[in-house]
Amino acid sequence: MAPPVQPHRSASPSQPSGKGEVSDLKLQLRQLAGSRAPGTDDSKRELFKKVISYMTIGIDVSSLFSEMVMCSATSDVVLKKMCYLYVGNYAKGNPDLALLTINFLQKDCRDEDPMIRGLALRSLCSLRVANLVEYLVGPLGSGLKDSNSYVRMVAAIGVVKLHHISAATCIDADFPSLLKSLMLNDPDAQVVANCLFALQEIWNLEAGSSEEASREREALLSKPIVYYLLNRIKEFSEWAQCLVLDLVSKYLPSDSNEIFDMMNLLEDRLQHANSAVVLATIKVFLHLTLSMTDVHQQVYERIKAPLLTLVSTGSPELSYAVLSHLHLLVMRAPMLFSSDFKHFYCQYGQPSYVKKLKLEMLTAVANENNTYEIVTELCEYAANVDVPIARESIRAVGKIALQQYDVNAIVDRLLQFLEMEKDYVTAETLVLVKDLLRKYPQWSHDCIAVVGNISSKNVQEPKAKAALIWMLGEYSQDMSDAPYILESIVDNWEDEVSAEVRLHLLTAVLKCFFRRPPETQKALGAALAAGLADSHQDVHDRALFYYRLLQYDVAVAERVVDPPKQAVSVFADTQSSEIKDRIFDEFNSLSVLYQKPSYMFTDKEHRGPFEFSEELGNLSLGAESEEIPAQRYDANDNDLLLSTSEKEENRVLSTNGSAYSAPDYDGSLSLAPAQSVSETTTSTQILPTYAPQGASSGIDDLLGLGLPASASSAPPPLKLNAKPALDPPTFQRKWGQLPLSLSQECSISPRGVAALTTPQALLRHMQGHSIQCIASGGQSPNFKFFFFAQKADQSASFFLVECIINTSSAKAQMKVKADDGASSEAFLSLFRSALSEFGMSQ
Amino acid sequence: MISQFFVLSQRGDNIVFRDYRGEVQKGSAEIFFRKVKFWKGDEGEEAPPVFNVDGVNYIHVKVAGLLFVATTRVNISPSLILELLQRIARVIKDYLGVLNEDSLRKNFVLVYELLDEVIDFGYPQTTSTEVLKSYVFNEPIVVDAGRLPPLGPAAMFMQGTKRMPGTAVTKSVVANEPGGRKREEIFVDIIEKISVTFSSSGYILTSEIDGTIQMKSYLTGNPEIRLALNEDLTIGRGGGSIYDYASSAGGGAVILDDCNFHESVHLDSFDLDRTLTLVPPDGEFSVMNYRTTQEFKPPFRVNAFIEEAGAFKAEVTLKVRADFASSVTANTILISMPFPAYTTRVSFELEPGAVGNTTDFKESNKRLEWGLKKIVGGSEHTLRAKLTFSQEFHVNITREAGPVSMTFTIPMYNASRLQVRYLQIAKKSKTYNPYRWVRYVSQANSYVARL
Repeated sequence: MAPPVQPHRSASPSQPSGKGEVSDLKLQLRQLAGSRAPGTDDSKRELFKKVISYMTIGIDVSSLFSEMVMCSATSDVVLKKMCYLYVGNYAKGNPDLALLTINFLQKDCRDEDPMIRGLALRSLCSLRVANLVEYLVGPLGSGLKDSNSYVRMVAAIGVVKLHHISAATCIDADFPSLLKSLMLNDPDAQVVANCLFALQEIWNLEAGSSEEASREREALLSKPIVYYLLNRIKEFSEWAQCLVLDLVSKYLPSDSNEIFDMMNLLEDRLQHANSAVVLATIKVFLHLTLSMTDVHQQVYERIKAPLLTLVSTGSPELSYAVLSHLHLLVMRAPMLFSSDFKHFYCQYGQPSYVKKLKLEMLTAVANENNTYEIVTELCEYAANVDVPIARESIRAVGKIALQQYDVNAIVDRLLQFLEMEKDYVTAETLVLVKDLLRKYPQWSHDCIAVVGNISSKNVQEPKAKAALIWMLGEYSQDMSDAPYILESIVDNWEDEVSAEVRLHLLTAVLKCFFRRPPETQKALGAALAAGLADSHQDVHDRALFYYRLLQYDVAVAERVVDPPKQAVSVFADTQSSEIKDRIFDEFNSLSVLYQKPSYMFTDKEHRGPFEFSEELGNLSLGAESEEIPAQRYDANDNDLLLSTSEKEENRVLSTNGSAYSAPDYDGSLSLAPAQSVSETTTSTQILPTYAPQGASSGIDDLLGLGLPASASSAPPPLKLNAKPALDPPTFQRKWGQLPLSLSQECSISPRGVAALTTPQALLRHMQGHSIQCIASGGQSPNFKFFFFAQKADQSASFFLVECIINTSSAKAQMKVKADDGASSEAFLSLFRSALSEFGMSQ
Repeated sequence: MISQFFVLSQRGDNIVFRDYRGEVQKGSAEIFFRKVKFWKGDEGEEAPPVFNVDGVNYIHVKVAGLLFVATTRVNISPSLILELLQRIARVIKDYLGVLNEDSLRKNFVLVYELLDEVIDFGYPQTTSTEVLKSYVFNEPIVVDAGRLPPLGPAAMFMQGTKRMPGTAVTKSVVANEPGGRKREEIFVDIIEKISVTFSSSGYILTSEIDGTIQMKSYLTGNPEIRLALNEDLTIGRGGGSIYDYASSAGGGAVILDDCNFHESVHLDSFDLDRTLTLVPPDGEFSVMNYRTTQEFKPPFRVNAFIEEAGAFKAEVTLKVRADFASSVTANTILISMPFPAYTTRVSFELEPGAVGNTTDFKESNKRLEWGLKKIVGGSEHTLRAKLTFSQEFHVNITREAGPVSMTFTIPMYNASRLQVRYLQIAKKSKTYNPYRWVRYVSQANSYVARL
C-alpha cells in the first residue's frame, strides 16, 4: 500500500485537505483501539502508515496522539516501531500526553525480548520531555547493565539523550562513571564506541562549568585509554573507527617510539576502501609527525597514492571531499606533488567546484620542470565552453606567470589569448597583463604592442577596462596613440558606469599628460571637468585634488601622481598563514571544504570536543569581531563562578588556595581566603565600585609620582579588571603601535608542561588571574598565546603579552607591551606568578 | 553527529524525514532544496555536496535521482557523512532490490525501521545488511524493475548481453523469490572507467583506468570465498614517474598504481599468489578499488577535422574507430562536440548503410550529438557535418569548437587486463554448486579528443 502521493507539499498544518483526513484517521483509529478482531493489526498497520506518511510530508498529526497511544497495546513489532516513531516526534510538543506513553514504554523496557527492550529504551529516551526524566533513570540504569549488547548499546546513547534533557539528573545518577567502566570493559565494540561518544559529548558540555568534567575530558586522551581503543581498532565498525581515530589524533605521544608504534599499527587503515577511515588515519599520521620534519614528509609521500585512488574511484561527492583534503596538502607542500600534476588535470564533465580546486592545485605545483605542460593544458581550458572555468584557467596561467622566474613563454601564451577575440578571455587577460607588468616591467615592450591593438570598445568589464586604462597611462610614452585613446574614453565619460574605471581614467590621463603634454592637454581638461562634475564622491574629490595639485605646481604633481615605481615582488596572499594552519589542524572536517576554520561557521555550543583557542586567527582577521567578545564574556562568567566555588572548597580543605587568588594581588597576600572570596565576588558583580578603590593608584600613575621609588621597595598595588574587554582588531592595532616594554624568559614547572596538553586549561587558569587570552595556537612543543589584561582603575590601561611556550625545553618567553609602561614591571611579575602556578592544581 | 536525515525526490518532496537531535529547524529540507536548485542562479553552477546555511551544514549525495541529505551543526568529517549517506542508499537498495522514488515511497516504513538502527541520536551505529536483518520486520514491497532507470554501475548489465539474468542484480536480499526458493548465486563484476585525453595530433596526453571489483552475494550461510587475480599483478610503481610509459610498454604484466580493499578482505596470501580471501557480507559492496596509469590500448580512436568552406561555412568530419576484437560490441555510444557560438545551421551526412545512428544539433548550447546504438570491434564510422555561420569566423576556427567527447559502454571488455582467474566458494556439501557470474565491463569516464 503506497502512501498517498501529495502533489504539493503542505507545509501548513491547517491545510484543509490534510485536516479532514486527519479527523477521518482519528475516527478509524478509535474504532480499532479496542478491537480484538482478527486482522486488526493489519488494519492498524495501514492506518499507522498513513499517519507516518502525513508526518513525513509535514502535515501536523499531533492531534491523534491519544488515539495512537490507545492503539499501541500490541505485540506486533512493526506497529510498535511506527508508534514509537510517532511518539518520539510529537511528545515534546505534548508533554502531558507523553505521560500516557511512559507506562507501555516502561513495560516494554522489561520485555523478555532484548530487541523490544532496546527499542523501548531508545524511544523512552527520545521523548525529550523534561518532566518525565524521573522515569528514565531506572530503565537506563538497568539498560546499561543489560545482558544483551543491543540494549547496552542503546542505553549508552540514551545517557547522552538524558543529559540533553536534564544534565543534572544524568550527573546525579552517576551515569558517566558507569559509561566509563562499560567503555573499558564491554566485550561488544559498538557498546564501547557508544560509551566513548557519550562521554565525549557529556564531558564536552560539562567542561565549561566543571573542572572535574574537563579533567575527565582530558583523561579520555590519556595513554591507557588511547592504547586500549587502538588495540581494539579492528573490532569497531568503520564509522566507530573514524571517531576513535579522531580522538587518537589529539593524543600527544611521549616519544618517537610511541609515534612509530601507532603508525605501524594503523598503516593498513590507509588501504581501506572507506575514505572516511583513510582520512581519519591520515589526520593521525600528520598530527603525530608534525614535529618530525623528515617523517612528516614521508607521510605525505605515503598518503599520496591512497588519496588519489579515493579521488578517482569514489562517487563524485566523495571524490570532492577527498580532493579538498588533497588540495589542502598540495597547498601546504606543493613541491612534494610537483610530479603528480597530471592527476590534477580537469576531466570532461566534472562539476565546476571540482575543476576550481584542480586549477588551484595546478597553479600551486607549477615549477620550472612542469610549467610548460601545465600552461599548455590550462590554455586548452581557456577556450572551453564553460566560461567560469575558462576565466579561472586564464587567471591560473597568470598566477603561474607571477610565481615563475622564466615567464617568457607564458607571456606569449597570454598574448595569444588576446588574439582569440573572446570578450571574457580578453577581459581576464588584460587584468593579468597589468599585474604581470607591475611585477615584470621589462616585458612592457612585448605586451604593449599587443595591448595597443585592443579596441577599448571591445572591453566592457570594469576590471578589464580599468586595467587597460592603467596600462595606457603607465606606458603612454610607448603607445603612440595612447593620448587619443584616452581622449575618446574621456569623451564617453557619461556612459562609464563604473567609478573604478573613472578613477583610473583620471589618473591615467594625468600620467599621460606628464609624458606627452601637448597631445594630452585637451583630454586632461575634459577629464578634470567631467571629474569635478561627477556625482561619485571619490571621483569628484580626486579630480579636485589633481586640479589643485596642478595649479600649485606641475612638477610637484608629477612627483606625487607619477613617481618612478618599484616592481612588485610578491602579491599579498589572500589568506593568512595562521588561518591556513588552523584549517590544517582541523584536517578531516568541514573546515577543509569551506577553506575556513570552524569558528567562522559554527556556533560556540556546537564546537567539537577538545577544540580550543577559538579566537585564533582573529588577530589577522577580525571578521567576527562582534561575536568574539561576547563569547569571551561567557567564558569569563563561567570561570569566575568556578574559581569562587573552587576557592570555597579550598578553604574547607585548607589546601593551597593561592592558585586562584590572583584577582586580589594587591600586595597583601596574607588576606584570609574567606575575604578573597568576597573580593572576587564583588569584583565580578559590581565592577564600577572598583573605580574609587583604584583611583588613588590611577592618579599616581597619572602624575607619574613615586613609582620608580616604590617599585624598588615594594611593588605598587596593581589590580586588574576581572572582565576587561578588548576586541581583536584593537588588540592587533595596539600591539602594532605600542613599544616593547619588557621581555623575559622563565621556566615552567613540569606539571605546568604536562597540563599544557590541553592549552585550554592554561587559558582558563590565566582567566582566573584576570588575564585574558585573545588568541592562541601552535602545536606541541611550541605554543603561542596572546594575552591581555586591564588595570582596574580609571586609567583602564591595557597590558598586552605575547607568550611563547616551548614544552620540550619547559621555557616560556614573554613580551609585554603596555599603555602605561611604568607598571609593566609589576604586571609581568603578576603574570609570571600566575604562570608559575599553572598545573599545580591539576 | 548528524542532526537530521532526509531523502528528497527530484521535485523536493520529503520521502522520509528523520530528526535525530532536534537542534535544526524543521524547515531545513525546504531551505536545502531551494539552495541546491538555485545555486548561484544564472551561472548554472551545480551546488557542491556540502554547504552551510546559517550555521547548519547540509551534506548530500545524489543516488538514483534522489537526494540523500544529512544536516549537522558540528564541524564533522564530511567524508564520514558522505560515505554514510552512500551506504544508507546501498543498504536500502539491498532491501528493496531497486532504489528509486517509487520503491522508496512504497517502502518508507521499512526505511524508517532501517534508519532507526543505522543512526541513533546522530551517531552511526550499524550499516551491515545482515546485522540489520534481525532488527527489521517490514517485508519489502518489490517494485517492477522493468522500465525504471537502473542504479549503479552493475545496472549496465541489464542492457546488453542475453546471458545475464537481467533482474538478478535487482533482487532484494531479504525478499523471497516468487518461486519460493532462493537461488544460490554470486555476482562478481569488474567495472572499469576509462579516461583518455588525445592531443590534436592523436597522441595520448593522459590516460587512466579506475576500476572496481564489485560483489553481490546471495549465498546462504556466508561461505568463505577465494578470488584469484592475475598472478603477475604488480601494485605500486617503484620509483620513477607514474607516467613513465616506457617502463610498462609491451610487458604482459598488469601494473596498478594503487588499490584499496573492503574491510572483509583478508590479504594474508595476496602478496604470495594474488588471491583475496573474504567472507562476503550480504548485499552489494566493492571488494577492491584500483587505479592504473599503465599504458593501455584505448578502445576507440576519435579524429575530428574542420575545414573552412567559404566565409560563412565549414565542414566537420568525425571519425571513430573501434580498436578491439570483433567479438566484442560496444553499446550506447554518444559523441558530442561543441561548435562555434555563431553556428546557425548544421546538416549531417552519414555513411551509406549506417544503421542505429542518431544525429542532432543542440541549438541551446551549440553542440553536436552523434549517437550510435552499437559499434562492433574493428569497425570504423564517419560523420560529416556542414556548418553555416551567422558571421565570418575568426583567425582560428579550431579554437572555437571542440573538444570531442565520447561516452560508451563495452561489456565483456576490460582495458587493464585485470582478470579474476577463479572464484572459489568454500563447499558446504558435494552437491552445493552455486551460480557464479564473473562479468567485465568498461565505461568511458572522460574520453576526450582535442582539436
